[in-house]
Amino acid sequence: MQIASRQYADALVAAPAGRVDHLSAPGFESELTRLVAQARDGGSALVLDFSDVEYISSGGLRVLMIAATQMRARQGKLVVAALQTVAAEIFAVSRFDRVLTVATTLEDALEHCSTAALAAYRQSSATP
Amino acid sequence: MKKVRFWGTRGSLPVALTATGVRQKLLEVLRAARGRTLATDTDLERFLDGLPFPIAGTYGGHSSCVQIDTGGPDYFVCDMGSGLRPFGIAAMARRAGTAGQTFHIFQSHLHWDHIMGLPFFVPAFIPGNRVVIYGGHAELESALRRQQERPSFPVDFSIFGAKLEFVHLEPGQDYDIAGVRVNTLLQRHAGDSYGYRFESKGKAVVYTTDSEHPLTDHEHLEQFVQFFRDADLVIFDAMYSLADAITVKADWGHSSNVVGVELCQRAGARHLCMFHHEPVFDDAAIEAVLAETRRLEEVTRGASRLQVSAAYDGLEIEL
Repeated sequence: MQIASRQYADALVAAPAGRVDHLSAPGFESELTRLVAQARDGGSALVLDFSDVEYISSGGLRVLMIAATQMRARQGKLVVAALQTVAAEIFAVSRFDRVLTVATTLEDALEHCSTAALAAYRQSSATP
Repeated sequence: MKKVRFWGTRGSLPVALTATGVRQKLLEVLRAARGRTLATDTDLERFLDGLPFPIAGTYGGHSSCVQIDTGGPDYFVCDMGSGLRPFGIAAMARRAGTAGQTFHIFQSHLHWDHIMGLPFFVPAFIPGNRVVIYGGHAELESALRRQQERPSFPVDFSIFGAKLEFVHLEPGQDYDIAGVRVNTLLQRHAGDSYGYRFESKGKAVVYTTDSEHPLTDHEHLEQFVQFFRDADLVIFDAMYSLADAITVKADWGHSSNVVGVELCQRAGARHLCMFHHEPVFDDAAIEAVLAETRRLEEVTRGASRLQVSAAYDGLEIEL
């Protein structure tokens, strides 16, 4: 699993896609480990744009928990954004919506990170 | 195998419905009855049948005890929690107190809430009965004797008039016990626990409680998928939410509804029955977890539907 990412001021936005199940969770973990290191080294928050994630298993949720803990250890933020129907229900049933920071949209997530990150994102989105 | 009956479904320690809880239920029933004509007993029964279970009923509070009706003359029971007491009384009543009955009891482990029913198990006091206790722990017999020693209990183990036997089971081996194929699996729990798979006449029931699932250990998870494979019923420790199970309650030896659904779906099991309920949960809380888990199963369903239920004291599931 490869996760594409983009930098918006002091926020690194990564967008996994597809199913994060028991088969793909190890690959998801490797990629998230890399992204957490990148965000921490750059002094950035990490935003995970889940708009293309169809499903996430317990193993995938565990990976998210570890990533959030690693970010917190350096006073960094991890925000999960734009959960789609199935993933949103899994977050609710598992109570992960209570232990991770979840934002309805990517803009909301970036606003939670910093004004500069939101401004950079809006500027990027407005550019043809 | 014909059916499974639950005598105790609560985790960690027994709980009881309080006066406040009863009053709350009565208030909700009376509110629902406002403006209705309930002239006959039939009307009343029909009205009660239409109410949500947490209002008209209760999940109960006895600790773990599950009876498997194999269709044979012997009794099969999983764990001797406080639910063993009402089970014993019912077994006595069913055969009018006659002796000569055999009880096969399978112990997941020897923690307090899973053995506390034995001192109150009436059939064990009756000469002529046979009580065979199976388990994977070397301390199976000594732990049961110890709980009845002074100063913990006033009546010594030697009081039992029935013939008590202890049988050590090895994980991974097949056993034929009174015509039922029994297999056991080592589980992750403080001091170890054991899951059981019972197979007879084309039906399979798995009893897996006090079992934590490390989500990074793929070999462990695959072992459980195989253990649950095509089971007609999986009685599963769903005590915590997933978030609690892997954070604040990690290594407490229990699992979650989410992992239960995942393992059963991977195994092609037909029915997941959530068990070992958190003792601080009231009826409404357990019902909410059940509704959420059914919804989870629905949105993650693959080729076949997994039936999801939450065990309550008195529940019977036909196989």
